[in-house]
Amino acid sequence: MTAAVFFGCAFIAFGPALALYIFTIATDPLRIIFLIVGAFFWLISLLLSSLVWFVARAITDNRDGPIEKYLLIFGVLVSVLIQEMFRFAYYRLLKKANEGLKTINPDEPAPSMRLLAYVSGLGFGIMSGVFSFVNTLSDSLGPGTVGIHGDSPYFFLNSAFMTQVIILLHMFWGIIFFDGCEKKNWYPLLAVILTHLLVSALTFLNPQYEISLVSAYMIMVLTGIWAFFVAGGSRRSLKRYLLCQDKNFLLYSQRSR
Amino acid sequence: MTTPSPKSILVPEIPRGETIAAPHYAHINQLLVLDELTGLCGGNSVERKIYIPLNKTAPCVRLLNATHQIGCHSSISGDTGVIHVVEKEEDLQWVLTDGPNPPYMVLLEGALFTRKVMEKLKGSTSRIAGLAVSLAKPSPAAGFSPSVQCPNDGFGLYSNSYGPEFAHCRDIQWNYLGDGLAYEDFSFPIFLLEDENETNVIKQCYRDHNLSQNGSAPVFPLCAMQLFSHMHAVLSTVTCMRRSSIQSTFSINPEIVCDPLSDYNVWSMLKPINTSGTLEPDDKVVVVATQLDSRSFFWNVAPGAESAVASFVTQLAAAEALYKAPDVATLPRNVMFVFFQGETFDYIGSSRMVYDMERGKFPVQLENIDSFVELRQVALRESLELWMHTDPVSQKNKSVQSQVEHLLTALEESGAGVPTVILRRLNQSQPLPPSSLQRFLRARNISGVVLTDHATVFHNRYYHSIYDTAENINVSYPGQQSPEEDLDFVTDTAKALADVATVLGRALYQLAGGTNFRDTIQADPHTVTRLLYGFLVRANNSWFQSILRQDLRSYLGDQGPLQHYIAVSSPTNTTYVVQYALANLTGKVVDLTREQCQDPSKVPSENKDLYEYMWVQGPLNSNGTERLPYCVRSTARLVRAVSPAFELGQWGSTEYSTWTESRWKDIRARIFLIASKELELITLAVGFGVLVCSLVITYCINAKADVLFIAPREPGSVSF
Repeated sequence: MTAAVFFGCAFIAFGPALALYIFTIATDPLRIIFLIVGAFFWLISLLLSSLVWFVARAITDNRDGPIEKYLLIFGVLVSVLIQEMFRFAYYRLLKKANEGLKTINPDEPAPSMRLLAYVSGLGFGIMSGVFSFVNTLSDSLGPGTVGIHGDSPYFFLNSAFMTQVIILLHMFWGIIFFDGCEKKNWYPLLAVILTHLLVSALTFLNPQYEISLVSAYMIMVLTGIWAFFVAGGSRRSLKRYLLCQDKNFLLYSQRSR
Repeated sequence: MTTPSPKSILVPEIPRGETIAAPHYAHINQLLVLDELTGLCGGNSVERKIYIPLNKTAPCVRLLNATHQIGCHSSISGDTGVIHVVEKEEDLQWVLTDGPNPPYMVLLEGALFTRKVMEKLKGSTSRIAGLAVSLAKPSPAAGFSPSVQCPNDGFGLYSNSYGPEFAHCRDIQWNYLGDGLAYEDFSFPIFLLEDENETNVIKQCYRDHNLSQNGSAPVFPLCAMQLFSHMHAVLSTVTCMRRSSIQSTFSINPEIVCDPLSDYNVWSMLKPINTSGTLEPDDKVVVVATQLDSRSFFWNVAPGAESAVASFVTQLAAAEALYKAPDVATLPRNVMFVFFQGETFDYIGSSRMVYDMERGKFPVQLENIDSFVELRQVALRESLELWMHTDPVSQKNKSVQSQVEHLLTALEESGAGVPTVILRRLNQSQPLPPSSLQRFLRARNISGVVLTDHATVFHNRYYHSIYDTAENINVSYPGQQSPEEDLDFVTDTAKALADVATVLGRALYQLAGGTNFRDTIQADPHTVTRLLYGFLVRANNSWFQSILRQDLRSYLGDQGPLQHYIAVSSPTNTTYVVQYALANLTGKVVDLTREQCQDPSKVPSENKDLYEYMWVQGPLNSNGTERLPYCVRSTARLVRAVSPAFELGQWGSTEYSTWTESRWKDIRARIFLIASKELELITLAVGFGVLVCSLVITYCINAKADVLFIAPREPGSVSF
């Protein structure tokens, strides 16, 4: 669909991730490293789930028909579980690495687990977005658009928005997940896995884009609010931020009491 | 290509060959609304949602000669246009003036592919992206010939210095239906849609998306087509050969832009001669010639039934009949059967043979030629008449005239015994039709005759076009027969051509000096019908399979006839099949093993200079599992047919053929939907908006992150 659509969809899908990268990650080399390692962990998880998929396909002898749909659902289930498993694995790795990081850089404080949660979540999200969308993007460069076989002509736009949602969701899930692991609270972990499964299951509803996309955005907003509170935000801090007051105001207002 | 059904079936599609990226989660592009698309090679799943490739198409490519380029070409990244189906001439108005979304890709009915319509399209190239022509079934009733009215003008016998009253077809316009389209230069791609199913898919897409309601502009997305046929060579042979030679001299990885049209002539001798030397001047040879190739507007589509196949099949049958005569070995004169390749393009094969004969590179020399008989377009005889054309200018010489008279008398005497062929002479002041004899007469005054079915203008109304098929010469088979039954079914055309072959065989026998067995020479209609079936209907039949060498099996294709275009890679399918058919019909089976057959120099009784030895597949055995190969010894050989202009390096020659074919990288066609410019710009604007918004929001949050996100307090740092 030509260069206009290519750039438009690329910016829609990767715009927020790019903005986050430029302002929060690119300034600190350590954060870049953690981001890339997170992306790498996601890639490994995908490799494993592809192996499972390949074996499953080989077992069912590449037959077509309803068994394909069940195989797809099974594949998605396995893939989500493996991704979350690797998120947990990354958490354990970061925990162990924390000690080593303190000795590398004794002057600067080691990045907090909260920051690492955000960075790792973003890494997962970026790699997941790239993998799912780059193929589609490259086809959007050609002169044609989807639709000759009766598919929706808004395929590229919807893919772009879905990818954006997934990237942001991975970031929020990272924050919530790591926080749950730190506090040894298992309910957030379960919630993350369940919402991940839910969002993946929503994509089976395509091409009824209205339902799947709107529901995904709603889930993203809710998860975002939860992650905001987990990351240390509160209604008071939000009020202070919006009223352009700084953090010393709390102390000041308390001192004056 | 199957028609997409209006009701789609919701079936999940697993992207083929994408095991790594497939199931990370059920992303939208994995779940397809599929219909009966099956097993497409190449292209990931998204590409398959967008494009429908058109596989059964034939492009029009660029050919160049010394001064001009002809044919069509596209831009390097293909030409895209909105499809418009033109079924009557009024539909052209939309394309040329009214339509709001130029450029258009015109889908033209075959019957409208005329000069008038093409002139209109050529005139408005900014609104035309390309042209797709659908095959007209049945063939256009008024006839159709994209060739010129005077074929091979300027390279034949008659010029302003020799027989000027006949030069440039002043006397007779041989191909009177010719509109010269194939020799025009078009700046947009033109493709032929050979498969009716694909044409219907395109028309359905057009009806679904491109029709306007009540004269208003049609709504996006619109159905569009993209044609790729970028040609590397430009301007003329001189330019492209110069560029190619510079590349091959100076570059490590030379980029050749064009290739000369070349192939091989097939020839054989009635009595074997030593091919390592030349004949003595006293050895006289009767030459019988015909042409092997044809062409059409589109590349590699050249059914050539009347223009080539009928004549060389007749000559093959005559060869078979003549070789069976008992006293062949004692005839005073020899007979040479030659099949020229490239005659369509300014006499490539015959001019090369004359050139070789003049320089002693060919075993037979010009002085050995006693008489020359040529077969040209013999399948459409009216009232059984077969016309004998001779050259009036050379007959001004008395001795030549008496030789020609002797030749014509021999033909008439031989024809007397065949009541279904009536040989007729022509008015003395009529020129020769376009024929290889003209090239021989340019070099030396020999007595020659050209046999055709037409007295003046061609009877072939589809000369050098895609419609010159079996139907054109009335070769038809009753339905419900298996291919093997069709192979052996003797059609009326086959019987008529066999009669012509009989007359030819007897005449050759008499010209070669034979007397006793002339009336026993009889061509076999069964052979003729099998040859016609193989060359015009289905090449991959059991007989052709059995007479070929094992590694040439694939040359027969899968289904369908052979195409008789000369092409640039040699030898072509037709050349090989004709050579092996000639060997089978005129040669002898010898008892040699495979190794001996492939290298007979070790065998004392066999002589490689006199004969050609071929190890052929043979028929299937009774079980149908294995072949029974054997060795055939014959005099059927190939000799190189490249225009002398390329040997001499005279790329701008006006004496020899200088035709070349451009090279290309990618030729394909596909259809898809295109979206409106507005939607694209909206998408880009939304993208920019999202990017700017995210940058702004992220900057704001990041600047005051310590206000928004309170770090967990260490124990002991409570301030109050």
